[in-house]
Amino acid sequence: MGRVLAALTGNRVWRSIVRHGAPDSNRNRALIIFSNFFLHTHPVKARLRAIAFTRTFYLGILSASAFFLLTVTGIFLMFYYRPAVPEAYEDMKDLEFVVSAGMFLRNLHRWAAHAMVALVFLHMVRVFFAGAYRPPREFNWVIGVGLLVLTLLLSFTGYLLPWDQLAYWAITVGTNMANAVPVLGPDIRFLMLGGNTIGENTLIRFYVLHCMVLPLALILLLSVHMWRVRKDGGLYIPPDEPPASKDGETGGKAS
Amino acid sequence: MSEPTSREFVLVEGEDARRDPVRLVVIQGEERPPVHAADEPLVMTFPHLLLREAIAFLALSVGLVVLALVADAPLEEIANPEKTPNPAKAPWYFLGLQELLHYYPPVISGVLLPGLVVLALAVIPYFDINLVRPDLWHGPREAVRRRVAWFYGAVAVLTVVFFFTGAHPVYPILGPLWFVAVAAGLPLVAPGSRWIGRWLGRRSLAFFVFLWFLLCAVTLTLIGVFFRGPGWSFTLPWRDGVY
Repeated sequence: MGRVLAALTGNRVWRSIVRHGAPDSNRNRALIIFSNFFLHTHPVKARLRAIAFTRTFYLGILSASAFFLLTVTGIFLMFYYRPAVPEAYEDMKDLEFVVSAGMFLRNLHRWAAHAMVALVFLHMVRVFFAGAYRPPREFNWVIGVGLLVLTLLLSFTGYLLPWDQLAYWAITVGTNMANAVPVLGPDIRFLMLGGNTIGENTLIRFYVLHCMVLPLALILLLSVHMWRVRKDGGLYIPPDEPPASKDGETGGKAS
Repeated sequence: MSEPTSREFVLVEGEDARRDPVRLVVIQGEERPPVHAADEPLVMTFPHLLLREAIAFLALSVGLVVLALVADAPLEEIANPEKTPNPAKAPWYFLGLQELLHYYPPVISGVLLPGLVVLALAVIPYFDINLVRPDLWHGPREAVRRRVAWFYGAVAVLTVVFFFTGAHPVYPILGPLWFVAVAAGLPLVAPGSRWIGRWLGRRSLAFFVFLWFLLCAVTLTLIGVFFRGPGWSFTLPWRDGVY
């Protein structure tokens, strides 16, 4: 087993992809983070008290996890969905009665969407009470507010797609509020709906926003968000908090 | 450009990086946390942090998968513009706003208030009161007395505003306001108590304002989700069910 593993990871092709050895030394553990495009938003080392569960409840990573689940399930749902009237609704029925595990797929997407809205909101509350928006992190808080708005818009645009009564009238209530904007209200509503009432044009608009524009915008802002946390010295710890002692008594156990 | 102070370096600007030496390090005036906190326990991100993140992701996945197995996403009959359900409800995270429609015209509850909320959230880090965050009732006696007058003056004004400007008294906003006003005042009345005096007494004005916002959002949303039925009448979820 050990020899197979060594042969697998010792050859030229493997080493051309993964440039570091097995994580048996701190140097290689550092290289795992350092030389990986996807992990380089992390520091090589983390403060023990910064990664304690009770400090953040991991709400940031949980929000990102929900987004990842939504992306995967969303792509699968796109294989079975047509943004047209009445095909959209028929595809919902197909997901329930024809597609293998189709209902499970739609359930997971919907519950993950609700979870993401709640998690992002809780993340914001946690960050506020920690005071983690203080200089030099002011603008990252603003980006976070942008991410909250994007999350709400993603959820809102997705709400219409099943094209059932629930979807139709929830979006009616929501878009009627846009009508109340002084002067521009009716124009904004017309732009959103692609007409004066919710119809197939609206469905296509919301579909494109939901599957392309908003997720890409969210990925972009999320990247900047995480990159700035890293640049600002990692997770925020109040300066007046007594520093942890050298043997790590405040940070839980490190094995 | 102003004269550089003795602590600042001046970067030589030029197109040719070989002729104009490039500085590798620029020490900025800003302070980064690690500068002060270098002398504390550190662990390698791999495996310690990545493992925790993986566990968090898997725990969420398992929880949602179980939920998806036992609870089905709702699907009603096909959209029908001719048939308006009663009540027609927005998605749950907008029901706080829809609840506000009960008190204020759409231009206030649908445009002005949510706009103000987003704006207020965005500018939080640019106000001193949020950055410094001193204890609300800390300081010389005279200053505290003045602050008490300002604070409860503001509470009184907001009470009048939300009592009389809406179509009905806006209790989902007034309730949290009074709750926060009482909570903020407790340390003044009972400074000796351990929890009240020590913990609550050390909260800042920013804390109480945000708490008010938070309680309003939660209260409005809960009422919109669970306590509103046909014609936006008040219903009890345990008696009439959830609409």
